[in-house]
Amino acid sequence: MIIKLKTLWKIIRQLSGDDAYEVYLKNFAKHHCNHNNTDCSTPLSKADFFKRWQDEKWQGIKRCC
Amino acid sequence: MHKSLRSTLWILIATLGATAISIIAISRGESINALWFIIAALCVYSIAYRFYAAWIAATVLAVDSTRATPAERFDNGRDFVPTHKWIVFGHHFAAIAGPGPLVGPTLAAQFGYLPGTLWILFGAVLGGCVQDMVTLFLSTRRDAKSLGQMARDELGAIGGTAALIATFSIMIILIAVLGLVVVNAMKHSPWATFTVSATIPIAMLVGIYMRYLRPGQVLEASALGVVLLLMSVVGGRYIDEHDNLRLLFDHEGLTLAWSIMAYGFAAAILPVWLLLAPRDYLSTYMKIGTITLLAVAIILLQPNIKMPAITQFIDGSGPIFGGKLFPFVFITIACGAISGFHSLIASGTTPKLLSNERDICMIGYGGMLLESFVAIMAMIAATVLEPGVYFAINSSAGAVGSNALDAVTKISAWGYPVTVEQMENLAKQMGETTLFARTGGAPSLAVGMASIFGKAFGDGLLAIWYHFAIMFEAIFILTTLDAGTRVGRFMLQDMLGNIWPKMGETSWTPSVILTSSIVVAGWGYFLYIGVIDPNGGVNILWPLFGIANQMLAAIALCVATGILVKSNKLKHAWITAAPLTWLAIITTTAAWQKIASPDIKIGFFSAATDLADKLASGTLPAAKAAIAPQLIFNLQLDAWLTLTFVILLWIIILDMLRVCWRCVTGKPILPLTESAYKPSSLLDDWVRD
Repeated sequence: MIIKLKTLWKIIRQLSGDDAYEVYLKNFAKHHCNHNNTDCSTPLSKADFFKRWQDEKWQGIKRCC
Repeated sequence: MHKSLRSTLWILIATLGATAISIIAISRGESINALWFIIAALCVYSIAYRFYAAWIAATVLAVDSTRATPAERFDNGRDFVPTHKWIVFGHHFAAIAGPGPLVGPTLAAQFGYLPGTLWILFGAVLGGCVQDMVTLFLSTRRDAKSLGQMARDELGAIGGTAALIATFSIMIILIAVLGLVVVNAMKHSPWATFTVSATIPIAMLVGIYMRYLRPGQVLEASALGVVLLLMSVVGGRYIDEHDNLRLLFDHEGLTLAWSIMAYGFAAAILPVWLLLAPRDYLSTYMKIGTITLLAVAIILLQPNIKMPAITQFIDGSGPIFGGKLFPFVFITIACGAISGFHSLIASGTTPKLLSNERDICMIGYGGMLLESFVAIMAMIAATVLEPGVYFAINSSAGAVGSNALDAVTKISAWGYPVTVEQMENLAKQMGETTLFARTGGAPSLAVGMASIFGKAFGDGLLAIWYHFAIMFEAIFILTTLDAGTRVGRFMLQDMLGNIWPKMGETSWTPSVILTSSIVVAGWGYFLYIGVIDPNGGVNILWPLFGIANQMLAAIALCVATGILVKSNKLKHAWITAAPLTWLAIITTTAAWQKIASPDIKIGFFSAATDLADKLASGTLPAAKAAIAPQLIFNLQLDAWLTLTFVILLWIIILDMLRVCWRCVTGKPILPLTESAYKPSSLLDDWVRD
């Protein structure tokens, strides 16, 4: 039961983008670099990452009728 | 499972589905249970998904699970992220499902429940789902390119330009008609107006919370927003009952229209984090929550359908919109059966998250099945109302008269009895002063939803349920409106940038203000005319939107058919060519009738001539004579617009046929732009857990 609730929580976090920063950190650790960033030593802070992520997410057509 | 057992199961599903459809189709006179609609839908969907979709994925598209997707190849942890299939499904569904599948079926219910229901079921499994899935596949194989880009690369500049113009014009018409739906729901309703207005500061608060107070805490901020939204629904009653406060929120349609235009302009120039992004979160939760609630309520309550299977209005004399069953039921229900707009989401947005090609079937085809199911529920919510009540809410004053007694007499004479007391009681229960002539579909859907929710979860809160339903529709209509205005602004900046590069700079203030004003003026004009039109405006704008949306679907299917032929899959190209042919037939017929029909309820030109004659002979009442010149101009403009749409459609069809002909006869054509094969390394990775 607890495992199921945990999975549900994980799905809700993934769907809403609540875990976006953690995904980014994982990706950074894997590639040791930001794809669009020349600075490869430290990842962005949570606030900075979120700003970029939100601005990028809102380019182009995202919603329909 | 054992093979014979599996066959037996599918035979059972097929039998059950066939039984449910025959019950829906044959039933005359006696009311039938809404559960049959649900059963019919689920059986049709499962069979189509298991056999047709699986066959398309395996044989026609030949999806390759060993091939790396754009999400894997360009993984940057931000927009390109390989994501678990259910999460992608959630994002894709939230993006494609808007107010369209709720409004269309509600309006089409004037023909009775049967034609709309059959079109929603079969249009989706044979047309809409195929379009979404094939577009998703093609974009995934082309580095997540957009539909317009694919049209340019594969068919040529003509196809690309047509796709661009179609997208821009559909956006303008869509926003205008959705704006009109919201205005009609808020007109002289202080409660609804307060609740809808409250969503704006609430969204801003959520935006500031996410950006500055607790950066990135999306769920915390959204939970706060949802609680505030629900409070605003309840708080609206206090406003409505307060003598002075209610005046602040009690407005004419025209005032509300101007406010919506001001809002749309503000939303297009304000930073996304302040209004657009947080509003989108809130509307997504509301949408998914309410749709789930509606499904649960329908299954628990199993309401009876009161609308007849087919009404006399199939002859074209309907009070909600003019036009015969063929082709107008297919134009009125676009979203829910086949919606061209989806191809814009399926190309560009969703492929950036897709971790494996084998999920294309479930996300592309399955996502549209779910949207079709939403349309079926909207059809149920519209048809559980007494038909008399349904027509009283949805018929404009121009169609049945502005006096309540005239309206009920006329509607009762059609054979759908309704009384003034009945409508007054209903309005009182819903916390409104009147429900007559609330066109646009949102109020009647809200009454239907409130009565279903009320019966399933307690009758005492009808007014709260009604305003909850209005808020739920309004919040994502406004999300489409502001996101659409912003996208329109970017598209316009891009187009103007080709002429004067400075205009293409998306952050140059003069360009931002100029392009946003042009876009708002574009849809604002149609909204304004819709509001002053005594026939309600929806009767003109919704068919126009349907034609534009089906035209975009036809463009997506043209691109898909062209690519299938170019990939040596001529034998199987019918999977997209067949729905394309059908769309070409219905949009061309509908467009022709809208332009050339001598019936003033259908033909734009004949309505304009009729109005001009009446104006000249002085038989119009003074109020109508004052606006007649504007209405005449608008009718002519609509006719030319429709003609443009249909010409655009045929240009791209002929262009596609030209490419196919050259391909078949071995003449040189643009090469396929499919990206090269790269093996996936994600197969056993975390993403597939």
